[in-house]
Parts: sequence; C-alpha cells; structure tokens
Amino acid sequence: MKILKSFGLTAAAFALLLPAVPASAEDGELFLPLLTYRTGPFAGSGIPIADGMHDYLAMLNERDGGIGGVKIKIEECETGYNTQKGVECYDSLKSQNPLVINPYSTGITLQLIPKASVDGIPVLSMAYGLSAAADGQVFPWVFNPPLSYWDGASAAIKYIAEQEGGMDALKGKKIGYIFLDAGYGREPIPLLEDFAKEYGFTLTQYPVPFDTMQNQSSQWLNVRRDRPDYMIMWGWGAMNPTAVREAAKVRYPMDKFIGVWWSGGEDDARPAGAGAKGYKTMNFNGVGTDFPVIQDILTYVYDKGNSTVSDKSRIGENLYNRGVMNSFLMAEAVRNAQAKTGKSLVTPAEVRDGMEALDLDAGRLEEAGFADFMRPLSLSCTDHAGETDVYIQQWNGEAWEKVSDWFPPMVEKVRPMLEQAAAEYEKANAPWPKREVPCADDAGQ
Amino acid sequence: MFYREAGQFKTSYAADQAAFPVREDRVGVALICVAAVLAPLFVGEFVLNTILIPFLIFSLAAIGLNVLTGYCGQLSLGTGAFMGVGAYACYKLTTIFPDVNIIVFILASGLFSAAVGVMFGLPSLRIKGFYLAVATLAAQFFLEWCFIRIPWLYNYNPSGAIEVPTRTGFGLALTGPTAAPTTRYYVILAIVALVTWVVGNLLRGRIGRMWMMIRDMDIAAELIGVRPLAAKLSAFAVSSFVCGVAGAMFVFFWLGAAEPASFNIRLSFQVLFMVILGGLGSMAGSYMGAAFIFIMPILIRMVPGAFGLDIDAATVEHLNFVIIGALIVGILILEPHGLARLWSVLRQKLRVWPFPY
Repeated sequence: MKILKSFGLTAAAFALLLPAVPASAEDGELFLPLLTYRTGPFAGSGIPIADGMHDYLAMLNERDGGIGGVKIKIEECETGYNTQKGVECYDSLKSQNPLVINPYSTGITLQLIPKASVDGIPVLSMAYGLSAAADGQVFPWVFNPPLSYWDGASAAIKYIAEQEGGMDALKGKKIGYIFLDAGYGREPIPLLEDFAKEYGFTLTQYPVPFDTMQNQSSQWLNVRRDRPDYMIMWGWGAMNPTAVREAAKVRYPMDKFIGVWWSGGEDDARPAGAGAKGYKTMNFNGVGTDFPVIQDILTYVYDKGNSTVSDKSRIGENLYNRGVMNSFLMAEAVRNAQAKTGKSLVTPAEVRDGMEALDLDAGRLEEAGFADFMRPLSLSCTDHAGETDVYIQQWNGEAWEKVSDWFPPMVEKVRPMLEQAAAEYEKANAPWPKREVPCADDAGQ
Repeated sequence: MFYREAGQFKTSYAADQAAFPVREDRVGVALICVAAVLAPLFVGEFVLNTILIPFLIFSLAAIGLNVLTGYCGQLSLGTGAFMGVGAYACYKLTTIFPDVNIIVFILASGLFSAAVGVMFGLPSLRIKGFYLAVATLAAQFFLEWCFIRIPWLYNYNPSGAIEVPTRTGFGLALTGPTAAPTTRYYVILAIVALVTWVVGNLLRGRIGRMWMMIRDMDIAAELIGVRPLAAKLSAFAVSSFVCGVAGAMFVFFWLGAAEPASFNIRLSFQVLFMVILGGLGSMAGSYMGAAFIFIMPILIRMVPGAFGLDIDAATVEHLNFVIIGALIVGILILEPHGLARLWSVLRQKLRVWPFPY
C-alpha cells in the first residue's frame, strides 16, 4: 500500500507539472533571454558575464523604462556550458519569440547556427562562435561582432611581431598555442597554421582536454621542454587560472604569455598570486568603473538592490563589463529596429535588420555612456563581425592595466580567409539555404 | 478489478509463451503504442523536441546497455563512446554517399559500433566485474581520443564538430534544421519500436537465455554447454549495435551537431544510471529509467515558472541536482531492483486486488 501511495503521489506530481509549458512573453514586452552558466566548471567565467548582461538590461528598465519605452523581459536559462542543455534552452525559448539569442558558448553556437537560420531568430555570438559567421551573405542570422577569433589570433601574432620588431622578425620563432580542446579552442588553429607558413614561425600546439582542464602539468612540462618564444592561450572557465598558475610554476616569462579576451578575467590571473604578474591578454572592452554606463548601473541597479552580483567589487571587472557590452549590442539592435520600423514592439526579423545596420559611432557611444569603453562598431550586410581594434592588457598583480594602444587585427589577411571558410561551410552543409533576407544597411554595400 | 484474469484460457503453447500472456497487459501496451503514435497531435513542438525525442533515444541507449549489463552481467562504462562510434560512422557514411536514405545509414552505423564493441569486449573473456568496467572505461577514453584526434572522422572541420547536413527521404526533410520535429519523432519512434521488438524477442529466445545463464553463473553455463566466447561477444555486439543506432539518432535527429565532448564519460554514466535505476534486466525498466533520469530534471526546472515563482535559473539547477540525487538514493533504498521491480510489485497488487492474500 505504501508503494501504491507513493505511486499515486508521483502521478499527481506529474499531472500538476505537465501543463507547465512555459508561458510566452507577455504582450508589450521585449523578450531578451540570456543563456548563462552559473553552475559547472565554467561558472568562474560564466557568472561575471551573466551578471553584466543582466545588470545592463535591468539598468535600462530602471533608468529609461526599457528600450524605446517598452520594458525588457529578462530571463536566464542555465546551460552549464553544456551543449545539450543549451539546445534545450533554445527550444524552450523559441516559442516565446526571443528577439536575440546569446548562446555564450562556441559549442552551443555551432549547434544553433543552422537552427536559428531556419527559425528566423538572430544569434549574437559576441567575439566567439564560428569565425566564418562574419560573412553575412552566407550567415544572415548570425553575428559575431566586434571581431572573430581569427581576427583575434591575427592580432596576437601582430602584437608579437611588433614586440620583436616587425613581421620579418617572426621567422624562426617558436610560438606555442595552448587551447581548450573543444570547438572554441580549435577555432583559430587554421589561421595560426596558415600564418605559421606565411611568416615562417613554428606553431606548437598544446591541447587541454575538456575533462582534465584543471590538471595541465603535462602540457606545461612540454612547454618547459620546448621553450616557445611566446605562448598564446585560448582558455575558458577553470582552464584559465590553472594555466596561469602552471605557467608561473614552470617559470615561463609571463609577459610573453598572451591570452585571448576570454582568458582575461580577474579570477583567471588572481589565484596565481605574484606569479601571474605580467600575464597579458587581448581585450576589446574597458575595465573598471570609470565609465558613465557602469556608474549608471551602480546607481540604478546595484544601489537599489536589483543586481545579481555577489559583491560590489565585482562590478567593473573585465568579464562583467564584457557582459554589459553584450547587452548593449542587443539593446542597440532593438533600438535600431525600433527606429527603422517606427514600432516599439519589434519582431526578431526586425531586430536582425537592426543588428545588421548597427552603426555605433563615437557620438552614439558617448551618448550611451560607452565612450572609451569600446571602439566604434559598424556592421553591414556582408560584414557581420565589424573587425574592430583590440588592445593588450597586462596583469599588475592587482588589476588589469592597459599596456598597448588600440590596434586593428590583420583584416586584409583575415577577411578573405573568413569568406573562404564560409564558402566551405556552405559546401559541407549543402543544401545550405541561400540568403533571402534583403540587406538592411542603408549604405547597401 | 483492474486485472480480471478469470476466463483467459491458453489453448496453445504459443499463447502460453506470448510476450504478454495477460490480456490486460496487452491492452495497456496497445494503449501506450497508440498514445505514442498520436502524441504529436496533442503536444507542442517544445515537448516533442525537448522531451519525447531525446527520451526515446535515451531509452534505446538504455536498452542497449541493459542487454550487456542487465542481461549478460557485463558491466560497461563505454556506452557514451559506443554511441559516438555510431554517430561518427553515420556522419562519415552520409557525407561519402549523400544520396542514400539516412535511415539506412542510421541502422548501418550500428554495425560499425557493434564491431568496435566486440573488439573492446574481448577482454571480458578473461576479466569480470570491476576489472571489466575499467577495461570498458579504457574504450571510452580511447574512442573519445579518436573523435578528437582523427580529423578524418569529422571531415577536417576546423571546429572539430560533426554537423548534420539536411537529408531527405520519402519526400520529407528527415535531418537537418528544416526537418519538422513531427517527422523526426515518427522516424525515431519507428526505429525504437523495431529495435525494441527485435531485442525483446532475442532476449526471450535461445540467445537471451544464453546471456542470462552467463550472467547468473558463468561456470555452470559453460558446463551446460554455453560457449562464453559466443555469448559474451554476441552480447557486446548486440548491445553496441543498439547503442550505436541510438548514438546516430542522438546526433542526427536531436542535437543536429556534436562535439567529441558530447560523448564523454558523463553520457556513459547517464545511461548507466538509467539502466540501474530503471531496473537491470528489464526492457520496460529501460524506458522508465530513461524517463526518470532525462525527463525529471526538465520538469523540475519548470516547476518555479509554473507557480510563478521567481527563482534564479542557477538556483533551480542546484536544487535539481539535490532533488534528483535524493530521489535516486530514495528509490534505490525503497527498491534496489529499480523502477521496473516497483512496477511489477504494483502490478502484482493490482492482480490480486481487492482480495490480497
């Protein structure tokens, strides 16, 4: 009988739960879902980003009453950086008319690219995801501003060349590449291999498997043996602090160790203590709280107790600010769509047009409180990445310090490679749908 | 009341040996089948895509592992990798021969998986129990390494992932982003039903009995005349075949693209939990275990939204781990033989109700 009863209870629980299909976004709201990960081995990187994304949108709701007078409905869906769960999130959100999807994982982005194109939902993969998505002709629904991984890799090589005194000085150099052995870390390899051939340096790869990323002693032993002149890192989550610590342990010269922008969290460098001093990463957003937009977040969100951060000091950290920038791009796309259509409630397709016609000049950045925070960015029908400038920041033991000017990636080299890669993707995934949406940018390139 | 067996006479050996000798069970199974066929008419795309499709695929994987672990008694931790073999084989086949119907390749990819399974099953002739688990763990790591390190397997894709191209059959898009969830659901349902039927009958026949003898006592089985080589390797082959088919469907009909990490040890454990929780050595248990392990977390995730509670997505996720963990422990204490045994106890009670003795 006891068992019968427990069965009855379970059945009752199921009956209660089954009609619980998620309610769709209420009328009169702009639905901007956030795929985030505050759990799992990547939570260390995921939490500040999720906080930043949330807080900027919350600030818009509080300060301006949303975008164009319409409230933003913010909803987080926890992916745990797990592609299966990411797809599940996407499927559950799809029916609620999301204006933009941010997968925040290259693995999830790769899965969503074909789906989103069919469902007509724009995907914003801000400086991650498929590099070839920069080609708007092939990927009308996917955006990866302000620059792709390939741009990033080219910028790293360019910076190294500058340190050495010119592109010719790369000849005979040894550059190590340590990366998370997943879609994310593999993304820049084709470009690095091409560059190695072209500029005559040797590229040594040190893959770090997904499951053992917190144990990199063997990779760093190899680094100590090979003694590369420079190390480039494409790491994420728990892999970053481990790599920085291991590098310090094998006494690798930290100022020759350059991470991608995703390896530049405060928590990535801090755990290694004094050993991390000198570690460099690329960046494309401002760090700190000295920006009007961050001040607004402090006033309108943090001080009112609506922020998701655990501590005030987390606001203004590098990855937090990047989350803010991510939400800014979404909000600007919506604003653009509103301006173009004259409606305040816009559809995903209109937001796609708004994103494609994004033109954030210095004036607009100043107005939105992003002056000096990021470089002006303009996208177009063909260019979905923007390929803006980056700068190099260095860890001084306490905080990140800007140690270089903004400099452009090697666009003229990368762009043709991106287009070729897009064509290859199209071929490999034949029959890939032809672009049907008309160009949204007025310039009509 | 529920089971009124009076008057159900068996007049032939065939009727006596039927898979479902009691009429009420046959009616129940028929109702489930009808419900499964009609499901797409009543549920939305979300339920189809997020719950039913993966549930059927995981059930199939659980059946595959159940053949090996539940019926033949060989503990395996390589299920995820064997599923991966199926997926990669199907991907290679369909990119080399794009014009062949994808369903043919889904089934054919099971053969590759079976071959690999047999290879890694060889040690089972000498080692048992935990030691065999370690040997299959080696298969898991080795195969995962292959998926990462052999670029030929993923057609030299720079991202290292396999992406499912659009394939059509019977005038409909079967795979790829344009394939309707309903189409994919019916294809999966057909394959899962077919495999369940074949494996179910295999288990009831000579081969299945051979496996169960090996499981219950291998030395006695050997003395009676069961060849351990044939029995164990055939169990590995059938199990890996089913897992391979499930893996191919996992990528082609559900995920749409997969990285090697999709087939990591977590997947193996997930399927193993389904089998243990559902009931070792029970076909129905495979379905119940898959439903519990896969669907339960999704339902729990929906609870706060359904009641209008505003709880952080991350908190729900943490709660999810706690609740599922507690439920697993609870169920295993209540009934160590899994949900299938729970059901058979309940069924027995229903048969004698209202006059229990």
